[in-house]
Amino acid sequence: MTKAGSSVPEASAASQIAGPHVAGPLWVNAEITYKCPLHCVFCYNPLDYASTFDKELTTDQWLKALREARELGAVQLGLSGGEPLMRDDLEIIIAEASNMGYYVNLLTSGVGLTEKRLAAFKAGGLDQIQLSFQDSTKKLNDFLSSTKTFDLKLNVAKLIKQYDYPMVLNIVLHRQNIDHIEQILQMAESMQADHVELANSQYYAWAFKNREYLMPSRDQLERAETVCNQFRERLGNTMKLYFVVPDYYADRPKACMNGWGAVFLNIAPDGLALPCHEARMLPGLDFPNVRDHDVRSIWFDSHAFNAYRGNSWMPEPCRSCDEKEKDFGGCRCQAFMLTGDAANTDPVCSKSPHHTLITDQVALAQRLNLREDEVKPLIVFRDDRNSRLYT
Amino acid sequence: MSLPHDKALRFAKQYKLQWESAQNAWVLLYPEGLVKLAGSAGEILQRIDGSTSALDIVSTLEAIYPGADLKQDVIDFLEHAHDKGWIISA
Repeated sequence: MTKAGSSVPEASAASQIAGPHVAGPLWVNAEITYKCPLHCVFCYNPLDYASTFDKELTTDQWLKALREARELGAVQLGLSGGEPLMRDDLEIIIAEASNMGYYVNLLTSGVGLTEKRLAAFKAGGLDQIQLSFQDSTKKLNDFLSSTKTFDLKLNVAKLIKQYDYPMVLNIVLHRQNIDHIEQILQMAESMQADHVELANSQYYAWAFKNREYLMPSRDQLERAETVCNQFRERLGNTMKLYFVVPDYYADRPKACMNGWGAVFLNIAPDGLALPCHEARMLPGLDFPNVRDHDVRSIWFDSHAFNAYRGNSWMPEPCRSCDEKEKDFGGCRCQAFMLTGDAANTDPVCSKSPHHTLITDQVALAQRLNLREDEVKPLIVFRDDRNSRLYT
Repeated sequence: MSLPHDKALRFAKQYKLQWESAQNAWVLLYPEGLVKLAGSAGEILQRIDGSTSALDIVSTLEAIYPGADLKQDVIDFLEHAHDKGWIISA
């Protein structure tokens, strides 16, 4: 037996993939449908999501893909969307996945979560529910998601407690709601939340379209973080708070997905296998579909999953950078969206020759002072009609 | 809150330990991630069952590995796991 205390293996998932040996996926995110009753302006689903509606995988196709990923060692399963509750086979998928040995997370807006369904999920072995909120106030929640869902979500939150799940709240922060952080955290506290993730929206897809409307100013961020710290101090471990700032405010990029094809496998509603939620937008990669290929060949052999794996693909300034193992050059999709080439260094990095694309946008966020009624006509809601315009 | 050495321990509600043959390791699963445990950490945590205490685990392991002075390492690791919120008093 080797020494215990000193070798706490916290680094876990990320550290074991670096190096020549490619390990299997650990985390599968199954976007089982892009159908959604909400129309959030910060949604990261692809703009053309509506094109998947008539191509969704069947129950059996989902189960086959999940089984294949499990055989490669995947243990975490996120069931997301869209709104996963829109699939009436969710009960079956949960029970089967749990049986396979997955730790099963449901990522939901709560819309459509009845007690009957929740009881079935519990019986099927669902491990975790993450409930998303748009804001602490009914008015903004309903406006930002373009629905009337706030009261319904509060009821769902009660149901989640009743069924003895930890309360995990996910609240997307942005320019329009970040100043309500105190009310948001009070709401979370009164709901006896165990984990609260306050993540600023990341600027992909619909959120990219609405970037000016969503990006907070530096002052807003600092104030929010201060409030967050006060709650942390007062509540300690009883309510764990995660506060995530937009990566535009950093000078080094995020270690996106812990590296391309390293840990994370996303499966879109139409069966497309992707190294992240957004990769579908990248040209020339010809992403494989779980209908046509098994997950093993997709993960290890496909061109798409190998394209940015490891670091031999990196150009300068990443190639000679001593931090390349730390952040993997950042996000391929962000590099593509902002510079037109997915192989470029993520412009968030201050070493990137394109870094001004980020700093200009950040500068704009300090200046813009549009009132809700001024900016409202400019907002693009994520809805089926708009999606078809992008298809 | 420090870890009571003589009280039974269990995993916190959202934590689940499971043997993963693909990883050839014990893996601790929780909502936002997973930790692949080194051999020694797996040896310790697999004995958490809601009725076993830290001191019980020390005796069990010392019986399996006679002659090794494991007490401090085991207690240190369990305290770490407790600080992390993985395990709590049953």
